[in-house]
Amino acid sequence: MILLTRKAEFSSAHYYWNEAWTKEENERVFGRCANRNGHGHNYTLEVTVAGEVDAVSGFVVDLKELKEILEREVVSVYDHRHLNLEVAEFAAGTGVVPTTENIAIAIWRRLEGKIPGAKLQRVRVYEMNDLFADYYGER
Amino acid sequence: MAAGELQETRQSAGSRAYLSRRYRVSASHRLHSEAYSAEENRAVYGKCNNPHGHGHNYVVEVTVGGPVNAETGMVCDLGELDEFARVQLIERFDGMNLNTLDEFRELVPTTENFTAEVYRNFQGFCGGRVARVRIEETGNNSFEIGDEFGRG
Repeated sequence: MILLTRKAEFSSAHYYWNEAWTKEENERVFGRCANRNGHGHNYTLEVTVAGEVDAVSGFVVDLKELKEILEREVVSVYDHRHLNLEVAEFAAGTGVVPTTENIAIAIWRRLEGKIPGAKLQRVRVYEMNDLFADYYGER
Repeated sequence: MAAGELQETRQSAGSRAYLSRRYRVSASHRLHSEAYSAEENRAVYGKCNNPHGHGHNYVVEVTVGGPVNAETGMVCDLGELDEFARVQLIERFDGMNLNTLDEFRELVPTTENFTAEVYRNFQGFCGGRVARVRIEETGNNSFEIGDEFGRG
């Protein structure tokens, strides 16, 4: 089995806010991230898939196709958008804060079952160079 | 969003994820074992055995693993992790000569041993389970101790 990783980038705005808490609680727990005007990051996404090398093509997956899937399922939805206001999985009422951890889980769900011929192995999301989250699915 | 989808999203809050943070520590060391003769030390450690030591800008990657908290969306409080790292990593090792520290009095301060020491220290972090420590000694080599995560 071979692991193959493809990177993609998106730039998004977000803020951290738990609707069940008071303003003071949100500011105490989330600090500057609770600023309701939002702030943003250049996110880097690394998607790792696992599979066998095809005897004819020599590929695990067609990288061009994987790039298109990442573009369609993730980048076109997240890039230059406000995650809290414009992306369904983090919208008001969901109770899901767009932390790096939750973004990794959400991207896994967007991609699971959509990559032909390979198994999704890991979703890694960098919020910045020195901070990232990994999700390996439910296990 | 449909009610079914909302329910599913909420249930995901207990999903296990891993959060990693990278810290920087600059320190000097000299690789030298009392168990070897001077010649053996030079043969085994090469220029790392030079008598006055040398140094590295270590990059220390600390990974916390656990369920995502339903209320905060986080595996652990990053502020708490940073504070723990400041006291137990930066203040202990940054700007130091590793050979002069108690931890390495009888242990050669290779990056393998340094990684094991940092991993051991981080087991004292109360805000989450530190599943892995990975240290880059230079851009060309790194050492890690801990979970295999989903790789196994």
